[in-house]
Amino acid sequence: MNELSINPRDNNRQRVVVAMSGGVDSSVAAALLLEQGYEVIGMMMRLWSEPGSGPAAPANRCCTPDQMADARRVADQLGIPFYVADVQQHFRQTIVQFFLDEHDAGRTPNPCVECNRQIRFGYLLDRALALDADFLATGHYARVVQEDGAYLLKQGKDSHKDQSYVLHTFRQSQLAHVLFPVGEYTKDEVRHLARDHGLPVASKQESQDLCFLNDGNYRRFIHDHSTQDHPTGPILDLNERELGRHEGLPFYTIGQRKGLGIAAAEPLFVLGKDTARNALIVGPREALGAGELVARDVNWISGRPPAGPTRAEVKIRYKATPIQSVVTPLDGNQAHVAFSTLVPGVTPGQAAVFYEGDTCLGGGLIRDTVQPINARRKTPTAGSVTNK
Amino acid sequence: MTADNNMRQNAIYLDHSATTPVHPAVVAAMAPFWAEQFGNPSSHHRIGYQAARAVEKARRTVAEVLGTDPETIVFTGCGSESNNLALRGAMTASKAAGRGEHLIVSAIEHSAVLETARQLRDYFGYELTILPVDRFGRVRISDVEAAIRPETALISVMAANNEVGSVQPWAEIGALARSRGVLFHTDAVQLVAARQWQLNAEPVDLMTIAPHKFYGPKGVGILVVRSGVDLVSSQTGGSQENGRRAGTLNVPLIIGAAEALRLAAAEREERLAHVLPLRDRLLAELPAALPDQCIVTGHPTERLPHHASFAFRNLSGNDLLIHLDVAGIAAGSGSACSSGDPKPSAVLQALGLSPEWTTGGLRLTVGAQNTDAEIDYTLGKIVEIVLKLSALEAGYQVVA
Repeated sequence: MNELSINPRDNNRQRVVVAMSGGVDSSVAAALLLEQGYEVIGMMMRLWSEPGSGPAAPANRCCTPDQMADARRVADQLGIPFYVADVQQHFRQTIVQFFLDEHDAGRTPNPCVECNRQIRFGYLLDRALALDADFLATGHYARVVQEDGAYLLKQGKDSHKDQSYVLHTFRQSQLAHVLFPVGEYTKDEVRHLARDHGLPVASKQESQDLCFLNDGNYRRFIHDHSTQDHPTGPILDLNERELGRHEGLPFYTIGQRKGLGIAAAEPLFVLGKDTARNALIVGPREALGAGELVARDVNWISGRPPAGPTRAEVKIRYKATPIQSVVTPLDGNQAHVAFSTLVPGVTPGQAAVFYEGDTCLGGGLIRDTVQPINARRKTPTAGSVTNK
Repeated sequence: MTADNNMRQNAIYLDHSATTPVHPAVVAAMAPFWAEQFGNPSSHHRIGYQAARAVEKARRTVAEVLGTDPETIVFTGCGSESNNLALRGAMTASKAAGRGEHLIVSAIEHSAVLETARQLRDYFGYELTILPVDRFGRVRISDVEAAIRPETALISVMAANNEVGSVQPWAEIGALARSRGVLFHTDAVQLVAARQWQLNAEPVDLMTIAPHKFYGPKGVGILVVRSGVDLVSSQTGGSQENGRRAGTLNVPLIIGAAEALRLAAAEREERLAHVLPLRDRLLAELPAALPDQCIVTGHPTERLPHHASFAFRNLSGNDLLIHLDVAGIAAGSGSACSSGDPKPSAVLQALGLSPEWTTGGLRLTVGAQNTDAEIDYTLGKIVEIVLKLSALEAGYQVVA
């Protein structure tokens, strides 16, 4: 047999674990890191998915058997080791439970944000470091820049593909160990790189659908998996008139128009949820606009909140246009955001993410909104504040 | 960029129960049978006769090493196929003869036996009893005795378990079966190279062998079928292997199988003398270094000589294997799983271990090329990895 070299670690090269999906972005990320001289290890997480019926084993959409085979093929082609880590139980206990809890509380969560915080850059980053890796790399379109001894999270070069919104929970200690190789390129450039390297050019995880559902039906999922009852209740307009009955608060989202079962002269939209009275509040399109919000669980990427009110552009959803705002840190990891204009569809549970130019300052989860029209009601909705 | 210059190849191979490298002498013995003596042993011309002679010589070698007659040796495609042929063949023959349709297996059989037995029950209407094991992973004779019925046709209990290494009381079970007029099959894939056989004098009717476990090639298996045992072939076609296994004989691999078995017998004492001390170090030193987190699984002494197996508290065997591989150590959990969807080990559950232990199985099986220095490095790495992973898991437990 060959001469045995006991320690396989090459001390001259930094080690990177790449989270691979089999798609173009993470594949190109792995190829770029190899070219940059890193020792590269591919890894995929097996996440929980809803047990299904029928012969085909259900699979989480972020890690179907096909994607696993694709990622393994890419790893083989690049000549890097590839492992699948079992994160099913942990994912169920954290992300899926968070999703259910938030809906039970009348909010509309973004589980991808929470997954990045707790799973990808929590669990997987811990695992990567335990493997003596120096970095965890992913195929996200974002950039990490070191400036004056601190790490900045910046938008990806391709502003259309920028994913910094779902990464706003980063702490300095995490950014020190994270690489986003494709963040320096546009999607077109990444596709060209993939072709040059003979890598797959299809994208994975483009869809914002929930990865752990059997079907696209989150209402059915909540109904099947929540341990709470979601009783029917009144649908109220801004004048407290009952216009109909709703089928349970989690089954509606802010801004929703269809499926209310109400015949009205003008189109009605879901404005908010009054969880205390189990009421769904509806009103005209003009009433959707919110002028302010309060965010909870706010993270400031620099590690410290600004001293006082700060100008920032705020995104209230992954694909939303940034709104000029003033962000004021509040006690208890909260922040108040005053928009320069009324913003429709501000939804409790979604993330509000703060930017200064292309730098992501941080963000938090939307706790309450202030809708000027709504605020005139005698009884505010639970999703809104009248004083702060 | 290739695997070699990205990350050095695994330096330490400790998974010899999964498979072994083919011995150079075996490679040499097979060499003429790919392109030179390429004949089909069923052909009626000199090229075919030449191949047939080589196969019959291999058959005589195998029979001689095992202490049985050449007519009892059936070459198959792998160990799993041998197990399938033994169970399906014997049960079908018993049913066809109007005899019993009851089958007994143990709970810790290899899936090639267990899944075949379950299919015979679920799809073909046979009766099945699955025997429990004691906390050392051994079948109790009293359980076998209690399970035998007038209609019992076959008992299949492995000679030694692949996952926890326990050697089964196969001779006692075989003797009991014989005294009750029941056929006895043993899956001896793990044990065969570790002892001297005298099958003509031993109470075994059917025995499964897989040469790739003892430095032979993959793709060939052996089923020993005692004279007078009725088997209905499960792979039908030509009349090769006395009608017990249809299909063109895989001549080179059969030659390799015989040569590997011959070498295993010839070198048995020196191979055992090499692996035993290394294995004993693993068994002694790992639990001593991790007293609260590591236990030896299987029987402490009645176990395969090259086989050490452990369970680690609240860890995932899958995680351990990933970390070991990155550290350059190729180990096994006992049951291969590459999809990242590990289930608690059915074998560890059968031993009666509580859930905190059943996901964290690790198997280290040593071989001819392992050294003391490798064992030193491996012990150090495992301790380091287990402490690291345990600390991580403890953090998640708090959150959850």
